Amino acid sequence: MIELTGVAKTFGGEAALGPIDLSVRSHRTLALLGPSGCGKSTLLRLVVGLLTPDAGTIEAFGTRVTPATRDALRLRMGYVIQEGALFPHLTAAENVALIARDQRWAADRIQRRVEELARLAHMPAELLARYPAQLSGGQRQRVALMRALVLDPEVLLFDEPLGALDPMIRASLQDELAGLFRQLKKTVLFVTHDLAEAAFVADEIVLLRQGRIVQRGTARDLLERPTEPFVTEFVRAQRVGAFAGGPR
Amino acid sequence: MRALAVVLALALACTGAAQAEPSKVVVGSKAFPESWILGEAMTTLARGAAAGAVEHRSNLGGTEIVYQALRSGAIDAYPEYTGTVAEVLLHRTDRPPLDSLRAGLAALSIAIGPPLGFNDGYGVAVSRATASRLGLKRMSDLARHPEVRFGMTHEFLGRADGWPGLAKAYGLAPKDVRGLQHELAWDALAKGAIDATDVYTTDAQIAALDLVLLADDRAFFPRYDAVILYRADLAQRAPAVVRAWERLAGRIDEVRMTAANRQVALEKRPFAEAADSLLASAGVGAGAMAAAPAAGGPWARIALRTAEHLKLVVWGLLFSIVVGLPLGVLATRSRLLAKLALGAASLVQTVPSLALLAFLIPLVGIGAGPTLIALFVYGLLPIVRNTYVGLTTLPRPLVEAAEAMGLSPRARLFVVALPLASPTILAGIQTSAVITVGTATIAALIGAGGLGEPILSGIQLRDSGLIAQGAVPAALLALAVSWAFDGLGHVVVPRGLRLPRFD
Repeated sequence: MIELTGVAKTFGGEAALGPIDLSVRSHRTLALLGPSGCGKSTLLRLVVGLLTPDAGTIEAFGTRVTPATRDALRLRMGYVIQEGALFPHLTAAENVALIARDQRWAADRIQRRVEELARLAHMPAELLARYPAQLSGGQRQRVALMRALVLDPEVLLFDEPLGALDPMIRASLQDELAGLFRQLKKTVLFVTHDLAEAAFVADEIVLLRQGRIVQRGTARDLLERPTEPFVTEFVRAQRVGAFAGGPR
Repeated sequence: MRALAVVLALALACTGAAQAEPSKVVVGSKAFPESWILGEAMTTLARGAAAGAVEHRSNLGGTEIVYQALRSGAIDAYPEYTGTVAEVLLHRTDRPPLDSLRAGLAALSIAIGPPLGFNDGYGVAVSRATASRLGLKRMSDLARHPEVRFGMTHEFLGRADGWPGLAKAYGLAPKDVRGLQHELAWDALAKGAIDATDVYTTDAQIAALDLVLLADDRAFFPRYDAVILYRADLAQRAPAVVRAWERLAGRIDEVRMTAANRQVALEKRPFAEAADSLLASAGVGAGAMAAAPAAGGPWARIALRTAEHLKLVVWGLLFSIVVGLPLGVLATRSRLLAKLALGAASLVQTVPSLALLAFLIPLVGIGAGPTLIALFVYGLLPIVRNTYVGLTTLPRPLVEAAEAMGLSPRARLFVVALPLASPTILAGIQTSAVITVGTATIAALIGAGGLGEPILSGIQLRDSGLIAQGAVPAALLALAVSWAFDGLGHVVVPRGLRLPRFD
């Protein structure tokens, strides 16, 4: 579904990512895990075409991501970032409907889709008329999720979507997301710096360090079969030993 | 772009710019009282003789502006002085006789009427106190006193037959020479801020302020005999008008002209009245009273001027927005375009308004046309810059979100970027509107009316009440416009951007 081959990106001479190879299969949820500056967000931004790689190729749905193809490919991906990046001048419903409207969907079709997504994301319908400034952080992320799902994309890209939320809300949204991913059968790339969150929502984890893949496997693999001392160090720093394993 | 051209052309047409209609006679005059009075007198005579309408466009700035208006056909005639014709219009320094001036202008299809009878030459005047303290009687006395402070009109400072020639002829090298508006120079002299100024020899202020006119003992200044310049075709179009003006030949001497000047400058009488008494004293005014200008009280006049002003502001601002907004958007597309658009908008800002007007008159005539172009040009920068800045400083996550969701470039601009930048863009338009209200006072210089009219007349007549009639409404208008935009912010800026954040 998504293939990165020899992809490298530098910012002002500093290597930010790679060169790395990464393959993501359909209907799988892959967590990109690592400390800040490891290149996990860069990887996501390369996939959605916000950045262009200095070397290597990126393919999505069998098509190479280039400035010429990226607009069409983006319609098949949903992208959610920290704090949601909702447009403050549009209501929640307008934020969700924006891209569907741009794609010239009929009004009643949009209406039905928004209602459907509100149920899916546990978003009270009466809040949809509010502006982002009138919503709580958690509600904003639900709207951002709805916005990413509106065209029913095959791929979902999450860049630390829960990073700015307080722990209680974060935990309940993790639950919901994990359930949603199982239910929707999407291909998901989920960037986080939190091992527990990665273990909870994803089938598989890719641990990155300084732009390179250190280890790919389940949370259990990282705990029990670390490929290098950094993995152990990273796991210990996250203090998740006590709940090792998580739900799967 | 074509739509814009059509809008511009329509606006120019409906505000009545360049060429006068064939049956109409348009008299022009420069922005000083004597020229205005003569213009009124010419208008009165023309009204008594012409078949069609006669209009007086007074206050048309300096020689360059009124002459360009004549050349372009925006006006048909105006009062001029032979010395100015030679030096400024024909660039002759040899003091040619009237016949050779006539030949020179005939080549440009402009005719010179017979001399009216007075010489309004240049002179240098000093205050009585300065004159007696330094013992100044003749201009050659000035050479011994470089400490004398000069305040000269800009035109005098610039002309070869003005200050540069004068300083050379008399060997003057004063330490302090500055350019001053003529009417302000009187105040400066009275307050002792300057010691000497250039004067017109028929100026009523010389006697009124008890100034000493220094004798031109080396005969430096040429003669400035008053004459009427008119477009050669006027003799065919309205021969009766030209004949009526010829009746003035030799009838206005220095005494009569100075008396008329005094009526306006010191007795605060209207120009038309001074013109009538000038015609009466010259023996040609009988029965030809000037059509009374739309009277009404001062409030009605102020309301009329304010309305004219507002109309100029609205049109000028509209053009600035229609061009400035797209230009600001375009500038975000490439660094080169940004440099070009912002550079050009900044550059025109540095051109003095008078210079811009003088440049525009040969192209679009006088009146509302060049005024609107000037207002448009000066209103452009804040709009272009704020649009550019507003669009380039949007929060990056929002810009990327719009891009990453696959929105079309059109929707990214119109549904996301422009509404988000609307507070900044609106602030730019607000700045531009306030600037335009101020700039529109220059309209009076080229006969487009507005609140600059009483300001300009007030400065000339040293009538602070008249100045206030223009300046106060202009200031209030600027405030009102600014407030109106604050209110507009509640309509134009999306509601979601005006809400306080929930958490």
